[in-house]
Amino acid sequence: MATPNKAAANIVAPANAQPHTGVATVEHGHAATSAFPPFDKSTFGPQLVWLALTFGFLYFMLSRRLLPRVASVVESRAEGIRSDLAEAEHLKVETDTALKAYEQALTTAKTNAAGIAKSQRDQIAAETDRERAAVDAQMAAKVADAEKRIAQSKMTALSAVSGVATDTVGAIVAKLTGQTVSGAEIASAIAAVKAK
Amino acid sequence: MASGGGHSPIEQFALTTFASFKPFGIDASITNSTVFMVVSVGIICAFLHFAMSNASLVPGRLQSLAEMIYEFVAGTVRDNLDDSKEGMKFLPFVFALFSFVLVANFLGMIPGFFTVTSHIVITAALALLVIATVLLYGFARHGVGFLKLFVPSGVPFWLLPILVPIEIISFVSRPVSLSVRLFANMLAGHIALKIFAGFVGTLLAAGVWKVLSPLPLALTTALTALELLVAFLQAYVFAVLTCVYLSDAVHGAH
Repeated sequence: MATPNKAAANIVAPANAQPHTGVATVEHGHAATSAFPPFDKSTFGPQLVWLALTFGFLYFMLSRRLLPRVASVVESRAEGIRSDLAEAEHLKVETDTALKAYEQALTTAKTNAAGIAKSQRDQIAAETDRERAAVDAQMAAKVADAEKRIAQSKMTALSAVSGVATDTVGAIVAKLTGQTVSGAEIASAIAAVKAK
Repeated sequence: MASGGGHSPIEQFALTTFASFKPFGIDASITNSTVFMVVSVGIICAFLHFAMSNASLVPGRLQSLAEMIYEFVAGTVRDNLDDSKEGMKFLPFVFALFSFVLVANFLGMIPGFFTVTSHIVITAALALLVIATVLLYGFARHGVGFLKLFVPSGVPFWLLPILVPIEIISFVSRPVSLSVRLFANMLAGHIALKIFAGFVGTLLAAGVWKVLSPLPLALTTALTALELLVAFLQAYVFAVLTCVYLSDAVHGAH
């Protein structure tokens, strides 16, 4: 602390030499204000001592107690805002992921549904075809059977016709000629007619 | 000063000893300056203490004021000193200087109150404290390399004999300008205020001339507003320059 005293002492000397300071002294005549107060060296000691004490105390209080409290509040607020923003970002990403997963699931479900519908349709079509084929076969058998029976009936009918013809011919001949013709003769005659 | 009754404009700077006190031969007498230093420090500590006593995430009025001042000084340190943790180590120091000078300046604006910062020994002590911090931290941080501060880089070597002394002179004049700027501003402002306020009384006691007395009164009012600005500005300038000088200590040669 020697330096400021020395520096100040250098300033004091010219200040005392200035006439206006001298006038002030004459005007008031107080012993205490014989010099310009800021350059009065006798006041330097107590001022420096008390400045060191008060400023030292202020620095100590600020650095150890008061500023850390302000800093922690400011820091925690900034930290809170930062973490809130980070969480919002995180939630947004989560939402996006969920949305993507939902869309994926929807697409899969649609594909699945389409697949199921197609296979069902195919199955039904195949079943229908099979049933139709069975029914067709059944119908064909029935038709064939019916045709057989028709043919049989036709044959029976036709043979009956030749019997009827023989009987009729025999009856006609008997009526016209009064002679009885044997069945074999009539049959051969009919066969001869038929052959013409 | 006819009506002033011997009130010289410089009498407001006089120290009055309230209690002589000399422990270990050191003169630590309690003066009006002591009172105002203690009051200044008390105001700062009490304000910050009560503002942050039940600090919450959503600040109240006092707390947001305290945080505003904190952010203001912290911003000054960040912009002028350093953004890093290393720079922020000096925040309490800069905050102490800024708040002490600011409160002392403002207290001095109250009529009849003593202005601690109107004494060169106070401002010089604070300025030397800043420069001592710069030197001690600079040499501790950069070693002898800190001296490169006086050697501008990228300059032809034959210019160095001229430039290095200039750099040294500019460095040495820093504490001088830092202390004289604050001291002179406070001193001149208070003298001007006192003189113009004294004119009001002089004119009132000068018969017909009392019609002119509103003129110095208006000027005193205007000067008071200006001085309030100066009181803040000088505290801010002191803090900014402290940051700029400390930046040299942190960053070394530029």
